[in-house]
Amino acid sequence: MNKIENLDKFLSVSEKKLKKYREILLANLVMVGEIPAPTFKEERRVEFILNRFAEAGLTDSMIDDGGNGVGILAGNGDNEEKKALLVSAHADTIFSSTVDHTMEISSDTVTGPGVADNALGLAVLASLPYILEDLGIQLENDLVLLANVKSLGKGNLEGIHFFLDNSRLDIKNAICLEGIQLGRLSYSSIGMLRGEITCRVPESYDWSRFGDASAILTLNEVINKINEIELPVRPRTSIVMGSIAGGTSFSTIAREATLGFEVRSESQEVVEKAGETIQDIVMEVSSKTGDEVELNIISRRSPGGIPFDAPLTQCARKVMKQLDIEPRLSPSISELAALIEKQIPALTLGITTGQLLKINDTIQIEPIYKGLAQIIGTIMAIDGGKFE
Amino acid sequence: MSNLQSWIDNNTYHHSEFWDLKKLVEIKEKKNLKISLCLPTLNEEKTIGKEVIIFKSEMMERYPLLDEIAVIDSGSTDKTLEVAKNYGADTYLASDILPHLEPKRGKGENLWKAIYQLKGDIIVYVDADISNIHPRFVYGLLAPLIYRDEVKYVKGFYDRPLALSGGIRSTGGGRVTEILVRPLFSLFFPDLTTIIQPLSGEYAVRREILEEIAFPIGYGVETSHLIDVYSKFGLEAFAQTDLDKRVHENKPTQDLGKMSFGILQTFIKRAKALGILEKADHTTILRQFQAKRDHYEQKLIEIIEDERPPMIDMEEYRKKFNRK
Repeated sequence: MNKIENLDKFLSVSEKKLKKYREILLANLVMVGEIPAPTFKEERRVEFILNRFAEAGLTDSMIDDGGNGVGILAGNGDNEEKKALLVSAHADTIFSSTVDHTMEISSDTVTGPGVADNALGLAVLASLPYILEDLGIQLENDLVLLANVKSLGKGNLEGIHFFLDNSRLDIKNAICLEGIQLGRLSYSSIGMLRGEITCRVPESYDWSRFGDASAILTLNEVINKINEIELPVRPRTSIVMGSIAGGTSFSTIAREATLGFEVRSESQEVVEKAGETIQDIVMEVSSKTGDEVELNIISRRSPGGIPFDAPLTQCARKVMKQLDIEPRLSPSISELAALIEKQIPALTLGITTGQLLKINDTIQIEPIYKGLAQIIGTIMAIDGGKFE
Repeated sequence: MSNLQSWIDNNTYHHSEFWDLKKLVEIKEKKNLKISLCLPTLNEEKTIGKEVIIFKSEMMERYPLLDEIAVIDSGSTDKTLEVAKNYGADTYLASDILPHLEPKRGKGENLWKAIYQLKGDIIVYVDADISNIHPRFVYGLLAPLIYRDEVKYVKGFYDRPLALSGGIRSTGGGRVTEILVRPLFSLFFPDLTTIIQPLSGEYAVRREILEEIAFPIGYGVETSHLIDVYSKFGLEAFAQTDLDKRVHENKPTQDLGKMSFGILQTFIKRAKALGILEKADHTTILRQFQAKRDHYEQKLIEIIEDERPPMIDMEEYRKKFNRK
């Protein structure tokens, strides 16, 4: 039987077959998800994943100098012709270690901090070697499994950048795993600029002047001006005002206030232009109020991606169609951006349906099998000759 | 005392000593042991799913240490049984086991009926309300029984540091342990003070022991087990394993009062039957625990409750106040 027949056969029975791994997958989900892993402190999670790799007999697993967990499932193809397919899931979460990470499992859902983003992705990563072996799926090419660290916020994809810069593996294609939503198909990254604007009332401020000194008021001025920036409809562009912090109590004049924002656009030029305008606004408000206003750029990404009809996206779309998954195309600013920067054709796939809430995410258990079938199916399709 | 310390040194483990599950399964199979896990429940829908999933995945599918996982329920009104069954546990209503008996409601009833219902040569009991469940709760308790034939009863304990200073930490059980059980044991069963957490709900026991002891159905079951197993088989039958942190809901003080009352009833019944209340040579040593890194040792505190007689018995007093 050739590879594609194998794949078709797998896809036709996969959901039913994969239900067998429910306990293994959910146990990994709970055990990995209950280990706190705020960005820069992912060691214990990565160790857990590495233990799983080791138990599954991945002799080449290790933690690289960047802190990423790497496991290699060697393919049995000809060494000369073997290529490497990367499957990655980011290990960090936005929750601090002090948040209660306890998860709750009902008959059809799992709830807890970071379940969807990205404990489920990691659980699939950790379970893949076991499931592939148990299903008797032997790949020709090497499968590189990566739990990448320092991904979110100020981590700024540091982990995956380190891996791509330093690994001697010749990665040809990549799939990034995200817990939700099933159907997500990202194959392009958008331009992005993420920064913080901090307003400070100077130490030497004349406190006898009544009422008009507040870092919050100054920041408000900045926000109003950013809001007035005219953005083009095409290429699609938006400015997200994501977070705000400042002041200490009801009655004390705020000495400091900070805005976290992100500019996203399909065009790098528009991102850069918006960035320059924000810089101008910061200087203008600063000189007008006499407060210190500072712009700190935390990260940038360039837009890019692989074509809609590239072999990798074709593979994924074919598998999704066969599994009756409606693809939802959306650009991404996550790991995908780092891969695309390195000219590695890559995709981001979601695993199940669910909701992201402030503290607790909830995911549905039943669609996981379909999500998993989609991932294994895509891996098989690429392995079966669809490498680019 | 040195005997007790050597018992502590030889029979107190940390779960991490048993990380090699492959080896554990090999020895279990070589000894041809069957092992059952019993989870007694009453309205535990929030935590039961996770417990069943973790134990089934890790202790049955990956490492076949358990031969069955059974939930024995006291009549939950929530979805405990549905969730447990959904994830593959065998579920039983306590009242359906030995149904001709008048039903009694309490955790001890479920533990007792498990002996009849389950097949294992060893039964490991784990409370169903643990929210940070982990496979160690099972293999940590089973390993001493699998490795050492002379061990019959393994009790779990949890490290709850109460104070930290100079590398020495007091290590205590819960409030009822420290306020009631440890003082009682110090007085009447000093050997049993070596058990760091006498009331923990996690233990693994050989069938040959379980079938020989009575089961209070309520709060006294753990205390009675310790006294009965000790009286029949001696301290050597026990071992204990540090299972690290256990997270569960804290009980209000009034509930602890109820618990203490149940434990006292059980204790007095046994103390009377063994004749120790009358014979007791009242000691003045209270035995608590402290840990230096991984080493546990007893801390002996002399508490002398000296007494003065009624003042009327003092001649000087009678003289001064003209009492005859």
